[in-house]
Amino acid sequence: MKPGEFYQRDRRWHPPALDRDYKTSVTRSPHYAPISLENSLSEITGPVFGHGDIDPMDNDLILNYAKPGESPIGERIIVHGRVLDENARPVPNTLVEIWQANAGGRYRHKKDTYLAPIDPNFGGCGRVLTDEDGYYFFRTVKPGAYPWRNWVNDWRPAHIHLSVFGSGFAQRLITQMYFEGDPLIETCPIVNTIPDKAAIGQLIAPLDRNATIPLDSIAYKFDIVLRGRRSTLFENRLEGN
Amino acid sequence: MQRLDYLKETPSQTAGPYVHIGLAPGAAGFDIYERELGWDIAGPNARGERIRVEGVVIDGTGSPIKDVMLEAWQANSDGIHAHPEHPGEVEEGFRGWGRVITDFETGEWGFDTVKPGPVPGRNGTMMAPHINLWIVARGINLGLNTRLYFNDEAEANANDPVLNLIEWERRRQTLIAHRVERDGHALYRFDIKVQGEDETVFFDI
Repeated sequence: MKPGEFYQRDRRWHPPALDRDYKTSVTRSPHYAPISLENSLSEITGPVFGHGDIDPMDNDLILNYAKPGESPIGERIIVHGRVLDENARPVPNTLVEIWQANAGGRYRHKKDTYLAPIDPNFGGCGRVLTDEDGYYFFRTVKPGAYPWRNWVNDWRPAHIHLSVFGSGFAQRLITQMYFEGDPLIETCPIVNTIPDKAAIGQLIAPLDRNATIPLDSIAYKFDIVLRGRRSTLFENRLEGN
Repeated sequence: MQRLDYLKETPSQTAGPYVHIGLAPGAAGFDIYERELGWDIAGPNARGERIRVEGVVIDGTGSPIKDVMLEAWQANSDGIHAHPEHPGEVEEGFRGWGRVITDFETGEWGFDTVKPGPVPGRNGTMMAPHINLWIVARGINLGLNTRLYFNDEAEANANDPVLNLIEWERRRQTLIAHRVERDGHALYRFDIKVQGEDETVFFDI
């Protein structure tokens, strides 16, 4: 059986393009409905990455930008989990990239002017390929909350941005991971662009005490689910004959 | 009743204004990776015509979006994608995928590649040469998918099964890049309007 098209994306599970409480979306949201397109080869295929593309250290944000013998300020954490598809099958060898603020809530970006200091030992990005079981992990420090200009006094909950590929361009996804117990999650206008509470819950990583490293790092578990695929129904004429 | 045991796709969140830190740290202002990914779409050995594509992404007020990131995905000049499920071979070093960052002051972006060939479509059709684009930015809650077609492929475009899905012929024009020559090189201009008059067609793929 040849795997075929990806399952239809559940657009009611994702945030709508327009949410007036997230002000920037007001002028950046298309007014017209997207045109529904059944997958062709252009959507079923997507970029393939290998171990030659990245460095084995790229998933260690504690070390990948630190001066020799130093490390960033902050709570040492491990973020780990699996990339699965909607059929609960692992997605192996797929690229996962992350970026985040430092422990003070400041990004290393020329456009971020928040008054919290840059950490000289923290870059704030990492990347890794999932293994054959779809498993990945990063070592980093817990990011801080920070204020942003939406309503006058909005604060982002601590979060890590994630970018994931899957095997086809139709699976391409960027999202954000939040931390269990953070009181800022409930009032965040970006979190609340997602209409369904259960969907929001899918973005909150639980503390995973079984995966902590005693006397070293605390762990959070974050599984990522990409679109699943049909196994049949599409093999006819896919190659144009 | 039994329960279906499918998982739900992880919901999307905006890439935010600092997407560059993760996906193009050089543009954020620091050097960390041995190799940043996505800067060379076609590679040195690609056959076919070398082209450049330039444009700007425009918001609902008519202003350029200066913190947008695009990804391009395309076939080579023979119409083959660099992917195990697309039968055929591509040139060594041809990836067909790239990342495109805007200038923070002007919102202008551009990338160099080769012009793709026609790609087999569904049900025995042939798709005109095209580049798939995926657009993320602060204020975009779920990445926007669109396609770039070429204005010097009028006949292929007229028979393209995807362009022909768009009921409003006038809106098909929003997906056509326009060729000009600059210093003897082929340049295509492709402006994307996320909202407003002549809003670009986006696809739910």
